[in-house]
Amino acid sequence: MSFKKIAKEQPDKFEFNKKNLELAKKIISNYPEGKQQSAVMALLYISQRQNNNWVPLAAMKYIAKFLTMPYIKVYEVATFYTMYNLAPVGDYFFQICTTTPCMIRGAYKLVDVCKKKISKNESKISKNGKSSWMEVECLGACVNAPMIQINENYFEDLDPEKLEKIIDKINVNETPKPGSYRGRTSSEPENIRKTLLGNKNA
Amino acid sequence: MLEDKDRIFQNLYNDLGADFSSAKNRGDWKDTKEICEKGRNWIINEIKSSELRGRGGAGFPTGLKWSFAPKEIGSRPHYLVINADESEPGTCKDRDILRFEPHKLIEGCLIASYAVNAHACYIYIRGEYYNEGQKLKNAIDEAYENGLLGKNASGTDWDFDIYIHYGAGAYICGEETALLESIEGKKGQPRLKPPFPALIGLYGCPTIINNVETISVVPTILRRGAKWFASLGRPKNTGTKIYCISGNVNNPCNVEEEMGITLKELIQKHAGGVVGGWDNLKAVIPGGSSMPLLPKSKCDTIKMDFDDCVENKTGLGTAGIVVINNDQDIIKCMARIARFYKHESCGQCTPCREGAGWMWRMLERMAKGEATRDEVDMLMDVTKQIEGHTICAFGEGSAWPIQALLRNFRDEIFERNKFDPVIKKQKNVPYLVDQHLLEKENA
Repeated sequence: MSFKKIAKEQPDKFEFNKKNLELAKKIISNYPEGKQQSAVMALLYISQRQNNNWVPLAAMKYIAKFLTMPYIKVYEVATFYTMYNLAPVGDYFFQICTTTPCMIRGAYKLVDVCKKKISKNESKISKNGKSSWMEVECLGACVNAPMIQINENYFEDLDPEKLEKIIDKINVNETPKPGSYRGRTSSEPENIRKTLLGNKNA
Repeated sequence: MLEDKDRIFQNLYNDLGADFSSAKNRGDWKDTKEICEKGRNWIINEIKSSELRGRGGAGFPTGLKWSFAPKEIGSRPHYLVINADESEPGTCKDRDILRFEPHKLIEGCLIASYAVNAHACYIYIRGEYYNEGQKLKNAIDEAYENGLLGKNASGTDWDFDIYIHYGAGAYICGEETALLESIEGKKGQPRLKPPFPALIGLYGCPTIINNVETISVVPTILRRGAKWFASLGRPKNTGTKIYCISGNVNNPCNVEEEMGITLKELIQKHAGGVVGGWDNLKAVIPGGSSMPLLPKSKCDTIKMDFDDCVENKTGLGTAGIVVINNDQDIIKCMARIARFYKHESCGQCTPCREGAGWMWRMLERMAKGEATRDEVDMLMDVTKQIEGHTICAFGEGSAWPIQALLRNFRDEIFERNKFDPVIKKQKNVPYLVDQHLLEKENA
């Protein structure tokens, strides 16, 4: 359970646009009749995507009406799960995994880079308005540690220099390439692979 | 070493492509209809005799779990739920299955659903795996296009649908009842058991919950026979397993190996050895962060399967091996794990919610050498108060790694924490002195 700050400045109104409205209806149809509450997590994601990667309170109220469930239940869900941003984040939202497997491979050096190049504090948007960063718990790519997630993409096998280059790229309006930064395509052992070699050479 | 032909996940490293036609070339979706036609009892018995144990951490026999589902559909529909909420630090095996072998999972879902009478299956993927989820979605769409899912799926006369449900960054949703709560659109807080999900689960209906890896190996077991699977590994610990080796090794990797392979062989052969040589090894966490760590002395001989790990006072868990060498500060490593548990506690049971924070703060102090000697025993006491006093296994998961640290590295903690609690000169130690005494005007 983590403490989350809710943005002080909130938009008054929120509504799904036409495309998202259809998407939301399609998601509700995935669940049995009368169990539309199940779609609340997916709908919060949709509202987050529509609203620059954060969920305003108005969206929670809208979703509560949309799914005929109490507002407080939507609020509960939005505050319980860590992936809903309740305050604005940068266009490029850096999430740095610092749990032990990443930590012992130098994740805190990446944190230092973010402190230096993005903003001094967590969850503060950088001066050029492009990025913000946050420490998160295990992102589930431990054999490619240390790694970060920028929006939806994983950037793996990093070191401070490589991360600095990624941030520089973003600052000159280029999109950095996701994936491994040591040329790995998967979680195979580099150079010393001993298994499934027949497939590799096929 | 396991021979390549006995490896189930041939595309673990994505050499062959994950799409439908390549998957079919590898043998997926072959004779699915015939397997289902052999009947539910045959499938369940075959899985029982293969002695497949759940790959999600607890190691519960899969065939037995399936046999708990009611034999006939009563007034309530049955559900199959796949747990792809992989968030245990050190574990990243399900991610590769979702990315590179999605058709094994989908076919397994169909067969498992058929065996437990479920017409619908929900795959709960952690929200961070958005791209992996999209890959799985594409694979599901391919399966629908080819008539393998949907009405009369694969010609089995069984209507079957798969839906993906994204989580949103809560570790606790990997606990099966919390996962069900989460699918129902609530906070992910575990339910009391009993009733067990096999009878009262998702929406109050009978529900079978399995890990991604468990379900993905099912089609291969049924095709190649339970005997083949049972011939690998050791009795009661059969088959193959994907091991994730991370941390201070030269070549961190995922590798599929036989159950019961020694830890040393895994690290030395597949992961390129410990950074700085085997003698530089300090400790190994063998099964994801919630399993107790092993000191070097045990790492030489331990076999990586459920029973041998239990004998060595640890657990196989998810087989996420985190190697820690002498360059690391072991107390700090465990303090970071304690912080993980403090962050991820759902807040339902007081011992876990409060205790996880206590453990983290005490360990942080111990890492800095600011704790007193008495506090080491006090910390042990706190872990004992959490363990067994919570609704779900999260309490054990947070307490065990710290108990193992105290058990194996007590001397090291003592050596660092020589702090004398009696304050002889004025020192700014806010947690030892009543706060009001620190402010001069109150003194």
